[in-house]
Amino acid sequence: MSMVDPTLAPAATEAKTPKRKRPLSTGQATSRSLTSRPGRIIVYCLMFLWTVPTFGILVSSFRPEIDVKTSGWWKWFTDPSITLTNYRRVLSSAPGDDNMAKFFMNSLIITIPAVVLSVGIAMLAAYAFSWMNFKGRDWLFVGVVALLMVPLQMSLIPMLQLFSGGAHIGSVTIFPDLNLVGTYVGVWIAHVAFGLPICIFILKNFVSALPKELIESARIDGAGHVTTFVRLVMPLSVPAIASLGIFQFMWIWNDYLIALIFAGRDKAPVTMKLAQVAGERGNAWHLLTASGMVSMILPIAVFFALQRYFVRGLLAGAVKG
Amino acid sequence: MGDLISAIITVVVAIGGLLALLGGLYWLTSKLPKKWQEGARSWVFLLPTMVALIVGLLIPTIRTIYLSLLDDNGKSFVGLSNFKVIFTTRGTRLTVFNSIVWVALGTTVTVIIGLVVARFADGMRGEKSAKSAIFIPGAISLVGAGIIWKFVYDGPPFEVGMLNSITKSIPGLPASMGGNGDRIWLLERGFAGADPPGSAPGFNTFLLIVIFIWASAGFATVIFSAAIKGVPDELIEAARVDGATDRQAFYKVTLPYIRSTIVTVATIVTIGGLKAFDIVAATTGGRFGTSTIANEFYVTKFVQGRGGLGSALAVLIFVLVIPVVFMNRQAQKRAEEMMGA
Repeated sequence: MSMVDPTLAPAATEAKTPKRKRPLSTGQATSRSLTSRPGRIIVYCLMFLWTVPTFGILVSSFRPEIDVKTSGWWKWFTDPSITLTNYRRVLSSAPGDDNMAKFFMNSLIITIPAVVLSVGIAMLAAYAFSWMNFKGRDWLFVGVVALLMVPLQMSLIPMLQLFSGGAHIGSVTIFPDLNLVGTYVGVWIAHVAFGLPICIFILKNFVSALPKELIESARIDGAGHVTTFVRLVMPLSVPAIASLGIFQFMWIWNDYLIALIFAGRDKAPVTMKLAQVAGERGNAWHLLTASGMVSMILPIAVFFALQRYFVRGLLAGAVKG
Repeated sequence: MGDLISAIITVVVAIGGLLALLGGLYWLTSKLPKKWQEGARSWVFLLPTMVALIVGLLIPTIRTIYLSLLDDNGKSFVGLSNFKVIFTTRGTRLTVFNSIVWVALGTTVTVIIGLVVARFADGMRGEKSAKSAIFIPGAISLVGAGIIWKFVYDGPPFEVGMLNSITKSIPGLPASMGGNGDRIWLLERGFAGADPPGSAPGFNTFLLIVIFIWASAGFATVIFSAAIKGVPDELIEAARVDGATDRQAFYKVTLPYIRSTIVTVATIVTIGGLKAFDIVAATTGGRFGTSTIANEFYVTKFVQGRGGLGSALAVLIFVLVIPVVFMNRQAQKRAEEMMGA
């Protein structure tokens, strides 16, 4: 490599590894890194700025109450003392304590079914929009995509009315009063309805790009739609389903508005409880930090463990907007 | 535990019931004449989607538009007067201003930071950790982000806020900029002697926008980074051979090439800014002149119980989203034409 004329070097690498980009740390890259030293410093500064606030709350969550209230978290470096009391307090279910463990569980109970239902239902629709023939298919898909524009806020009021009083025209009940407010079912339905357009959009892009010959030969061999869907399309779509599933998981876990309106105090997810603790215990900083960490630990773990899928999901959602 | 078990039973029953219903309907389609079968089967696949979208999005949207034309009790028709109230009442007008600042400033800075990190981290040693560090705030909830930053902006009686100790350590900084280290940052609207009137966004609104930027920049970085890696090497190298510096190659080749991605990210962040609720609700609750349209929507309807005005605020968010989406489409088309040329 080093023998090659520097202007030709990139082309040579290009030919050998057509997919991979500019070489990372070969001789040719030195000129790059020299010119971008200020750039690297900017990136390091931003990294620092972006990490410090979270780091601060992490450190604080392990400091004793008196320390948290009397000195900044950075004092921990000169005066380190560690305790798990804050976590014990916020996770405890004793009267007067916040019982974050219960609300963490609520978040799981809300999130997992909502993800499964929204991705599953969207998968069915994506298959229909991609591989079934029916009148008005393209128009209907445009309609679904158009619903992406509708902000959540547009449906909250009528949906709350529907959940808490049913729907009636005159004296005729067209939707019974199921009293869904303050139940998991109400929250699931809301999440599924609001999440479907983006799920369908992403999955349809993927499912419709599967090789046509494969689907058609299965159909010619006599496989019905159900068989094709379950045996062929579902397994082939696992990467897309995984990415979207993680994306939806983060979105629903981190949701606050839907929970606030449909969940009620008892079925509240951890985000809602956190906001409530912040409002009611404004002075209990030591508890707030630990509660905050409890609410964040799972999404951060998911992000680190499944980063590649997650980023892929983000890209799929953003590429076409 | 009882909660968990009953939830599991509900889920199993719900999913099982749904599958049984769809399976039954699908089986019924085989009784239909052949030419109708394919169409009927499509509708079986689409049934749950259609029910959810019509009941959960389509009808509610139409109904919210209708409710926005009624008074707060939903009894009598008042035309557009709810919208007039939004723009003539000082409090709600300020929320509209605040939202505009959120969108303008939040989007611009987010896009710039995303581009800066994506560009300079590209090929850098530790690129992955740099991008992860910027992205982590995007993985946690906006409520959590609000709590984290409350800790930064914290003021008396607890003197543990990071911002106060930073401003205090800068010698000669006037008290109006936090020089004494005793500013209550999220309450005070003035800054450095400037005292915005009650009808204009205060400095505390800018502090909330910082949280929004902090939470969104990772998203922008990830998308831009993928786009920059997608720029063909030949283009960059051709520019280099022609004598372009790194900087010139970035401005003349890379930026135009990823233009449509920039527009898309800007659109998504703009819509996020218009819907900004969680951050405001978790930090100030919209008090001290920091409310945004989305927060005001929640407070008006779900705290004050004013249905008409609340619906009008929701419609306003919708009305502001639509032109953004269409501008996005226009810009995409232009970008595609440019690439084609």
